[in-house]
Amino acid sequence: MFEFSNKAKRFSWILMAIGAVALVMNFMTNDAAHGDADGHGTEMHAEAAHGSDHGAHAEEAHDGHGEEAHAESHGEHGEAAHTESNDEHTAMQAEAGHGHAEEHAHHSPAANKPWSRLFHNSFFFMAIALGSLFFLAIQYAAQAGWSVTSLRIMEAIATFLPIPLIVMIIIAGLGVGHVHHMWHWMAEGITEEGSATYDSIIAGKAAYLNGPFFMARLVAYLIVWVLFARILRSLSRRADEASSTDEKWAVWRKSRNMSAIFLVIFAVTSSTMAWDLIMSLDPHWFSTLFGWYTFAGMFVSAVTVITLVAIYLKMNGYLPELNQNHLHDLGKFMFAFSVFWTYLWFSQYMLIWYSNIPEEVTYYMARFEEYSGPFLTMLVLNFIFPVLVMMSRDSKRNQYFVIVAGAAILLGHWLDHFVMIMPGSVGTEWSIGWIDFGICALYAGAFIQVVFRSLEKLPLLHKNHPMLAESKLHHI
Amino acid sequence: MDTTNTQTEAQEAHVEKPVREIPMVRALFDDDDVLLKSVAAIREKGYKIQEVFTPFPVHGLDHALGLKGTRIAIAAFMYGLLGLSTAIAMTYYMMIIDWPMNIGGKPSMSWGENMPAFVPIMFELTVFFAAHLMVWTFFIRNGLYPGRKAMNPDPRTTDDMFMMEVEVLGEREDLEGLLKETGAVELQ
Repeated sequence: MFEFSNKAKRFSWILMAIGAVALVMNFMTNDAAHGDADGHGTEMHAEAAHGSDHGAHAEEAHDGHGEEAHAESHGEHGEAAHTESNDEHTAMQAEAGHGHAEEHAHHSPAANKPWSRLFHNSFFFMAIALGSLFFLAIQYAAQAGWSVTSLRIMEAIATFLPIPLIVMIIIAGLGVGHVHHMWHWMAEGITEEGSATYDSIIAGKAAYLNGPFFMARLVAYLIVWVLFARILRSLSRRADEASSTDEKWAVWRKSRNMSAIFLVIFAVTSSTMAWDLIMSLDPHWFSTLFGWYTFAGMFVSAVTVITLVAIYLKMNGYLPELNQNHLHDLGKFMFAFSVFWTYLWFSQYMLIWYSNIPEEVTYYMARFEEYSGPFLTMLVLNFIFPVLVMMSRDSKRNQYFVIVAGAAILLGHWLDHFVMIMPGSVGTEWSIGWIDFGICALYAGAFIQVVFRSLEKLPLLHKNHPMLAESKLHHI
Repeated sequence: MDTTNTQTEAQEAHVEKPVREIPMVRALFDDDDVLLKSVAAIREKGYKIQEVFTPFPVHGLDHALGLKGTRIAIAAFMYGLLGLSTAIAMTYYMMIIDWPMNIGGKPSMSWGENMPAFVPIMFELTVFFAAHLMVWTFFIRNGLYPGRKAMNPDPRTTDDMFMMEVEVLGEREDLEGLLKETGAVELQ
């Protein structure tokens, strides 16, 4: 049985304490530094709430931030578009620029920053837990034998799922309630023709992107995913109590069936979840590959965390059955899915780069020009570094190499999620600092608390898994 | 049964009997697990195993025989780099120097700015060079060329038998006894 050591407890409490300070500072300092912008935003927002003041509101928008934003976005669009002059194009640009100006004026993007920081870290940790649940289900559905020694780690990580998911649902709910404006499509009047904030593109998507349906989807994800995480966990507990061979096979078969059902649901929800939570932050832009791209990042982060927890357990003398061969296989997954992530990232990027259509390239223009630091860093950390470090067999079997590569992959995907979320929610007002890492520490501390407590509850190794012997003898 | 025998005879006709220079015992096994255990026992006694013939790759046999790890991975990495360089040189010459191309409506005429368009070529040539040159390296290092005579001393090792060739040290009877003890079904 695993024991959550006092050292680890202390460490996680320290992380959470730092994180709590960061979380408080996150919401406090933003108000102080951008008090004007925020106040302005709220004021405007209050005005907008009164339907009769629309004219005044629009005027003010053009006087204030609007002017600046208009010029800025116009220039951006000019650059993005083809240089050849085309009447239709010019008209489109002007329209787009206009829409942009109002968006900027209506609410200051800087006011979204504290929410975006919290959201970014919530999504990252949700992705780790969800990816782990997916990997667990895959083991059963594929009837994999080698992984039996690491199943309990996957189960334990999946128990963290509800916390970040609930935080995200709260953030989304506050967005729908107009407390912040991370999701531009939630702005008031945006789908009403004739309104000052009317946006015909977003209006066309209103059947899917609307407050009630959005919230219903998020709550449905929470219920379904957590339900399956609990089912698999309780079946795993029941498997340990099985007394006869028939019973242990029956429990295993049920786990496999439940996993298969979950995987079908996950195939759909992992994509829609990515559209809802992240892609809709850039509501004009869309990519058919986005769900898989998000999934790839989620999965490689999850496999990395599973591997790191396994190494931690081994370093503390637990789970002797999980040997170099299992770590080698987990390392292969880290390597392979880093490449897979890059493949999807590039597939999405190259098509958009090649076709060079203004409404598509704006997504990458923002990332290359305004977020080039984190954007290029994460490409190196997520692709070049793991590929070179994890390529050889010997390095996958050396836990120190795996730890270094794993740290790079986690930092890389943390930055990747940052670059996925921030341009759509805070635009050019981004910064990355100790508060971002502090909130990450808060989650890391909570993650250690929840996951290690779950690990304590059941033995680290399945007693009656039908493929236990196969896993113990696993040799590559 | 009949077909197997004819096959065996047909194969036997092609087999070139190698000249025995070192005194050797050939032991046949009918199970790969028994073979693995026997290999370990024989090596423990200080005997030198010359060669093992198996009908399929036996997992863990190279480790049990104490063979040096293959260096083909290093070769493959080098070949991959060679393929990558070839792709870069090729696209640079063809698409930028020899016949400058306007790629995707972006007439930058520079390799760096058009790089995304060349990535599939870079990827494919890296894989092509690594895979093909690795196969040729394997053939050359193993002396496998078209028309090469089989070195296999007993065609049954291509069917359902495993054969171990052990160099005799000291008394032949001791070695034979040890082999029998560890599960050999036939000695030659």
